[in-house]
Amino acid sequence: MTQTQTQESPALPRAGRNVGKPIDRVDGKAKTTGAARFSAEYPYPGLAHAALVHATVGRGRIAGIDVTAAAAVPGVLTVITHLNAPPMKPPPPVSLLNLESLASATTVNYLNTDEVHWHGQPVGVVVAATLDAAVEAAALVRVSYEELPARVDFAAAEGRAKPQKGNALQPGESRKGDAEAALAAAPVSVDLRYTTPPHNHNALEPHATTAAWDGDRLTVHEGAQNIAWVRGHLAHKFGVPAQNVRVISPYVGGAFGGKTMIWPGTILAVLAARVTGRPVRLALTREGVYRTVGGRTPSIQRVALGANEDGRLTSLIHTSITRVGAVGGGPEQVTSQSRHLYDAENIFVQQNLVKLDLLSNTVMRAPGESIGTYALETAVDELASKLGMDPIELRMRNEPERNPLDGKRFAHRMLREAYARGAERFGWADRTPEPGSMRDGRWLIGMGVASAYHPSWQFAANVTVRLSADGTVVVRCGFHEMGMGGATAHAQITADALGVPFEAVRVEYGDSDLPTGPGAGGSGQTASVAASLLTACDKLKRSVLALARRSSGSPLRGVRPSGVEARDGGLYQAGAAGRGEAYAAILARAGRTSVEAQVGSETRMGALAGQVRFMSKLMLDRRRWVKAACGAQFCEVRVDPDTGEVRVSRWVGVFDVGTVINAKTAASQLRGGIVMGIGMALSEATLVDPRHGRIMNPSLAEYHVPVHADIPPIDVSWLNEPDPTMPLGLIGVGEVSITGAAAAIANAVHHATGRRVRDLPITLDALM
Amino acid sequence: MKAFSYLSAPDVATAVRAIADRPNAKFIGGGTNLVDLMREEIERPDTVIDITRLPLTEVEELPGGGVRIGALVRNSHLAANRLIRTRYPMLSQALLSGASGQLRNMATVGGNLLQRTRCLYFYDDAAACNKREPGSGCEAVGGFTRSHAVLGTSAACIATHPSDMCVALAALDATVVAESVRGERRIPISEFHLLPGERPDIETTLTADELITAVELPDVPVAATSRYRKVRDRASYAFALVSVAAALEVTGGTVSAVRLAMGGVAAKPWRAREAERLLLGGPADVESFRRAAATELAPAVAQPGNAFKIELAQRVIVATLAQLLAEGSAA
Ligand SMILES: Cc1cc2nc3c(=O)[nH]c(=O)nc-3n(C[C@H](O)[C@H](O)[C@H](O)COP(=O)(O)OP(=O)(O)OC[C@H]3O[C@@H](n4cnc5c(N)ncnc54)[C@H](O)[C@@H]3O)c2cc1C
Ligand code: SF4
Repeated sequence: MTQTQTQESPALPRAGRNVGKPIDRVDGKAKTTGAARFSAEYPYPGLAHAALVHATVGRGRIAGIDVTAAAAVPGVLTVITHLNAPPMKPPPPVSLLNLESLASATTVNYLNTDEVHWHGQPVGVVVAATLDAAVEAAALVRVSYEELPARVDFAAAEGRAKPQKGNALQPGESRKGDAEAALAAAPVSVDLRYTTPPHNHNALEPHATTAAWDGDRLTVHEGAQNIAWVRGHLAHKFGVPAQNVRVISPYVGGAFGGKTMIWPGTILAVLAARVTGRPVRLALTREGVYRTVGGRTPSIQRVALGANEDGRLTSLIHTSITRVGAVGGGPEQVTSQSRHLYDAENIFVQQNLVKLDLLSNTVMRAPGESIGTYALETAVDELASKLGMDPIELRMRNEPERNPLDGKRFAHRMLREAYARGAERFGWADRTPEPGSMRDGRWLIGMGVASAYHPSWQFAANVTVRLSADGTVVVRCGFHEMGMGGATAHAQITADALGVPFEAVRVEYGDSDLPTGPGAGGSGQTASVAASLLTACDKLKRSVLALARRSSGSPLRGVRPSGVEARDGGLYQAGAAGRGEAYAAILARAGRTSVEAQVGSETRMGALAGQVRFMSKLMLDRRRWVKAACGAQFCEVRVDPDTGEVRVSRWVGVFDVGTVINAKTAASQLRGGIVMGIGMALSEATLVDPRHGRIMNPSLAEYHVPVHADIPPIDVSWLNEPDPTMPLGLIGVGEVSITGAAAAIANAVHHATGRRVRDLPITLDALM
Repeated sequence: MKAFSYLSAPDVATAVRAIADRPNAKFIGGGTNLVDLMREEIERPDTVIDITRLPLTEVEELPGGGVRIGALVRNSHLAANRLIRTRYPMLSQALLSGASGQLRNMATVGGNLLQRTRCLYFYDDAAACNKREPGSGCEAVGGFTRSHAVLGTSAACIATHPSDMCVALAALDATVVAESVRGERRIPISEFHLLPGERPDIETTLTADELITAVELPDVPVAATSRYRKVRDRASYAFALVSVAAALEVTGGTVSAVRLAMGGVAAKPWRAREAERLLLGGPADVESFRRAAATELAPAVAQPGNAFKIELAQRVIVATLAQLLAEGSAA
């Protein structure tokens, strides 16, 4: 493992005492010792347990439900079905003006309808005094159906795909020039079809909810990526004011997008608690996660590239077909990277959708780009082969100065540097280009590269920062910690901004009673919180300085804010050693126990105004800049010539992710994305039976995520050049590293074997 | 899972008495398969009889050069045993290629022999499955069949026997020793597992009230130069797509002794007798390995999802024998 930091840019606030350092995560000890409490671990007196009954048809109506045997299991409190469930409000219609409306994973009003929309939809929930009784009883519920024809076969639906309607944030189609004509005229071209299978979420912690009502007040423990959405959605469903709902989510055992939307388990746990009047825990089984939490869409993609003999691209076409569920899900931005990566004269990108009677798709680490880069970056490699050109050289010849589609400026882009450094670390120069030309004993060796690309995002975040007279600082923001290291990173940022020791800062997060944080998504959480946090720290320093300036005894009397810097636990005149004083002294003299600064408002109007401000800033920003993280992925694979088994044996990833806040947690994020990319390339696939739409491998034994033996040492590094348009110059690191990973492997496999595999996963039978 | 009663047997006599007295009882060894199946409501015993306290945990040398393995020896212990590693390396390698470290620490020899198929449709009680419910149909046909068998299947069932250990046992001509209230019975491994035929629910010749007490390995000198090669969809922690247990002895360029068995491709641990017959006494070269492999796989019947196994199995047989040949001549 290696991390690298390079040239310091003087233009921006740079690595202070804490920012950039590989500081151990603050919650590491609690997690490794088991002290950390996850949402299925909250004890409540009288806690009841719930288990789901899943539909066993793909589409239809419930004809009858027999709960006799289930209700007779000792310990069962109730069996809730559509026949006896109290009414809940249906999910609100989706609108971009109310982002919270995006929270509902499906449009189904669970247990308030006899309709079945996907194989596995919950049609009942059993509540019992013990988990065993609940599970046993759930298996004894007998449901009969009036089956309706269900469309579940993605491959067969290809012909019915319709262009995606675009919006400001998710364009469905873009074009520059006439890409088809340019393709036809190009001296060298490729026109290729790729497919990727559906993928399911497999966070270490399966989804779990503990819900307790106290009159009309609800407390929910829930591993979530957007607690504000959980709160808002549950308040809506159960008809109580949002402030009556508290969502507590300090520890989330991985999420990757799977805990962004509100899935049925959450709602039914709350319903079960409502019906029984007892606190209820509903912990999904692994199978339950597959049946009730959506995953990544499958895709069919076309990438066509036309080039001159010198490699300059004249045409780039990337179209995709993905699926949504009839009851929910959204388009995934499969062609996103193809709008930005290559300086082609003519470009056409288009996303198409089919609607199937399957559970909604949902966001999963780099939704869109993860599979989109696979197709694009494999096609570029295929073109390089055809041109007889080094694939890095081909990319560099087409590296744009400005956004290829519209000439917008890049906020920041150092893909050339990433490749240069990656090639050196990897030893790309030692690669002999001829496929099948490198061997180690009986193993065929292949080396491949691909570009990584992920847009960077920033959302609104409310934050308060309180400085106490004893010099300690509390940061409060309802953001989410799914293992990325947010609490640690924000303590580092705060410590540097206020000039206090890292240990003096405590960060409170994961609770809806805190100021509303951003959702954890789009790799945007750290930047979002950091922006507000820096503003809050600034405000705080001004307030403290104001106290000092007013005081005759202070060495800071009359000093202007611009002349002050925060260091050594206090405020000091810039450049003048010793001219200043500790926070403790300032507060003590002013007779204050603490000083607090706040960014954002929690009132309805305030929140709305904040939302509008945020959206307009976002749109303005998007009009001015193209913002993204990017990187270069290098990998080496070994292929057994007899069996076609592929083993990844080396990995080098160099990323352009702006300022890195914590070298340790960032490296973990980057490495984790690559691991997931290896799974995507070689083994992961959800098996949806095309005859009825049932997922047939809902377990970690049969859905093959990579295991340790599949993962080589992964060398990740970053350029550490700040993005001048982002707070502290930071770009999120959560998703970029899964992009390009599958393509790098596919390209390496080709280099080893001469075979192009255009359908993921690349299993051994394709290479025999 | 259904509520059940539990008892722990202190000795073999109590264990076999207990199971004879209870109509719907099951022994539990490591529980790594049984508990999964109970959770899935596929096994629904009324009583679970814990046998892990039984004194059947030794690996002993037998007078004639063979080895007797207690039924409760854990997979990880057996794999690490010196006798096994030196005399029957294919067995040690087969065990180590199975499951994960944690599972192998729990799994017992007896339980491994009786582990049930990983057919996705067998595991899902929403699917039709003749093995779970005789006569209900076989939903695997026309479905996902990557894990399924190409040899020994029937119209009723195309499932694979998933064990790695049993493939080595088949190659080694092991004997399963069983005990019941009626006394001891010795079952050759070739007669232990059954092909599905019309009754895929009946998987072995062991009766419901018999306890496996031991597995005996005869003296098989050729097994000292043996290998187990497992091909699967990830580097570890996955069942075999194809596996091969092979032992080879070459004298003067001629095959003087050979053992060959396959996993992942057949309804039961598959002893490749046809291939062995062709190889024995013939030239030890890749050409004859190929011919033997092709003959063994000739009767194979594939599904769309597993047709690659027919070719893959032959390649793995050839590669494994070739490797043994190379190692043998290097030694
Ligand atoms: C995720 C996963 C991956 C796996 N991967 C592999 C793999 O790659 N290769 C492989 O070979 N195996 C694999 N296995 C299967 C594993 O090897 C078996 O589960 C294990 O060997 C069973 O042994 P056990 O002692 O736990 O059996 P149990 O679960 O205790 O019992 C299994 C059956 O045997 C019966 N039984 C047990 N002992 C006796 C006895 N002495 N006499 C009579 N009946 C008895 C029980 O009643 C039960 O019906 C995997 C299992 C899991 C869960
Ligand atoms: S192959 Fe056998 S185990 Fe699988 S569904 Fe068919 S009958 Fe059942």
